[in-house]
Amino acid sequence: MHTFLKWALAIGAALGSLPALAADADLEALRADLAQMKAVYEQRIAALEQRLAQREAKAAAADSGQAALAPASEGSAPAAANAFNPEISLILSGMYTNTARDARQDPTGVAGRERRPQGVLPSGLVSGVEARSWNLGESELALSSMIDPLFRGNLLLSIAPDDTVGVEEAQIQTLGLGHGLTVKAGRFFSGIGYANEQHAHVWDFSDAALPYQAFFGPQLGYDGVQVKWLAPTDLFLELGAESGRARGFPATDHAASKNGFLSGSLFAHLGGDLGVSGSWRGGLSYFQAKPRNRVYDDVDSAGNQVTNAFSGKSRTLVADFVWKWAPQGNPQVNNFTLQGEWFRRREEGALAFDTTGITPAANLTGDFRSAQSGFYVQGIWQFRPAWRVGYRYDQLSSPSISNGLIESGALTAADLPILSAYRPQRQTAMVDWSPSEFSRIRFQVARDQTRPEVTDNQLWLHYIMSLGTHGAHKF
Amino acid sequence: MKRLFTLVMFLLIVSPAWAALKVFATVPEWGALTEAIGGSEVEVFVATGGLQDPHRIQAKPSLIARARNADLLIATGAELEVGWLPLVQRESANPSIQSGQPGYFEAARYVSLLEKPARLDRAEGDVHAAGNPHIQTDPRNFLRVGRALAERLAQLDPAHAALYAANEKRFRERLTEAITRWEKAAAPLRGVPILVQHKAFPYLENWLGLNQLGSLEAKPGMEPTSGQLEAVLSRQRQQPAKMVLRPAYQYDAPSRWLAERTKINVVILPFTIGGTNEARDIFSLFDDTVRRLLQGMEVR
Repeated sequence: MHTFLKWALAIGAALGSLPALAADADLEALRADLAQMKAVYEQRIAALEQRLAQREAKAAAADSGQAALAPASEGSAPAAANAFNPEISLILSGMYTNTARDARQDPTGVAGRERRPQGVLPSGLVSGVEARSWNLGESELALSSMIDPLFRGNLLLSIAPDDTVGVEEAQIQTLGLGHGLTVKAGRFFSGIGYANEQHAHVWDFSDAALPYQAFFGPQLGYDGVQVKWLAPTDLFLELGAESGRARGFPATDHAASKNGFLSGSLFAHLGGDLGVSGSWRGGLSYFQAKPRNRVYDDVDSAGNQVTNAFSGKSRTLVADFVWKWAPQGNPQVNNFTLQGEWFRRREEGALAFDTTGITPAANLTGDFRSAQSGFYVQGIWQFRPAWRVGYRYDQLSSPSISNGLIESGALTAADLPILSAYRPQRQTAMVDWSPSEFSRIRFQVARDQTRPEVTDNQLWLHYIMSLGTHGAHKF
Repeated sequence: MKRLFTLVMFLLIVSPAWAALKVFATVPEWGALTEAIGGSEVEVFVATGGLQDPHRIQAKPSLIARARNADLLIATGAELEVGWLPLVQRESANPSIQSGQPGYFEAARYVSLLEKPARLDRAEGDVHAAGNPHIQTDPRNFLRVGRALAERLAQLDPAHAALYAANEKRFRERLTEAITRWEKAAAPLRGVPILVQHKAFPYLENWLGLNQLGSLEAKPGMEPTSGQLEAVLSRQRQQPAKMVLRPAYQYDAPSRWLAERTKINVVILPFTIGGTNEARDIFSLFDDTVRRLLQGMEVR
């Protein structure tokens, strides 16, 4: 009985407690569910809040511009050390040349003498003297970069087809002087004239115009300093002065060993727009040098190859003008460029005959004065995108020479044949195709009458390509 | 005489303080934006017209002379003016507008650029390393550039900071309203298949939801060859585009060639202020752009 009761009570209690047990389990489950739901919702709310915050931030950024003001490209800029590498560009050029006479040979047949115009005191450095057939042109490597906020540096190496490397330009330029002043120092092409500063690869023809060849053989360069001042006017007015060791003809500064300024030049350029379609630039320049013992070769009346030398003062005046036109100022389809320059050189001093002493008249010296002018004019017409045609006429006047050696009767004109009167002239036409801004292929023909004995018909097929940094569109 | 000299010197020194801020803008759209924000306190010179390709300009003497006296140079950047602007900056001998100075402002730095090339190779044509620079075809970009420009003007001319901020606010409100209007008007253009002559319109396509199928120029900056145009023509026959877009200054032959052979409308867009007679300011630029696009939808 006792046991039964115990059991009954136990069962009863157990039975009685069952609902309570069940209720507890339900509650726990409910609690768990709630907790889970709460967690999920909290997660969702957090996510929503986060998204909202992002949206708000974005909206605020777009609205207030604070975030948008951070330069968009800043984050993507490479942080590598080589980000400071200078701008590099490379010019490749090469050509096929066809000439009636071998351009490297003088028609008199003296070996090693190069073609040169008659009637000009020779520069000894006539450009465009390629051999016939295929030739590699000048390869040009340019490196330039800002040095710091005040200076910019620029190096241009030219690699000649004979495997020699030359420094064409190596200069620093100021950017921070203000007041319209710019100073350049180092090796640079002079700012005189219009085409003098242009590198060969931007020339519109495959060779330099005759007056440049005859007067500056073919480009005036300096190892020195240049100061330019730009006037604070809407009309472009630039004044410049240069001084230093002039490189090459007509100076002989490479051999000079003295203090001072050596050679110097002054120039002024004026320019502006003519309506929306046209723009122009004109200028006047002056160059002065004091060549000492400037030698050149000639063949005297007896057929001896002699070396003569000039010493004195050389002054050159250049007037230049260029006008560019494009419909509505948009050169993409059609454009036209008219360009011309006029040169006049006066030289005063002494001419020494046969300085190496191979004839009886060796080292005869006499007063020498000469005045000579020359000009070229050219027009380039782009008749459809990528295609241009051009024509150039260039000419040198017959020099007016007063030569003490001949006037005194010591020598005859036949002893100095290169100086005998003649008016060299040439006509050149070209057509070129530039499929992109970086490539150009040119076909050029010329009728060269720079020497009395021969009319040389010349033909070029020339490619000029640029790699690397986008080139500058210089006016 | 000495007194006159003193007076002249005084005027020379003092006069810049009276003068308005001189701004050199490379393209008409930034000139117009500067005028909208700067008001009477700026004197704007615009280097190029609406019919000129800003990529092909030369460093003309007139530009160098104007840059010499500028207090602020505003350019698009992203290599759009790479052929001439660095030269103008250097030749101007003006230290305040050199890159990195407060007087040099590049609009493209304040918008996110599209079409950043995956491969930098000139075999791809004249690609721009930073991305497509023709940002002015999306009016929303003017809001972003405008705000940055107002801050820059205030930095250069703190005396008129409040004026610049007020002008910028007014401009922003007016443009935001106009954008809503343009977007509503241009709703039928969404998803419309188009061709472009030059990849000049990614920002416009992105804004109005135009579906660009291809470009007539196979490589940017190079005129298409007849073979490349034939390929475009056969694609056009399989997957016809509604119209071909061309900036007003571009050579018309390729798009005309295509229009002569297929039923495609050539739509000449002003591209910038002055590109068409109707596009006289920022607002009429987009009025005209949307109008011409809708006109291009009509069946030929």
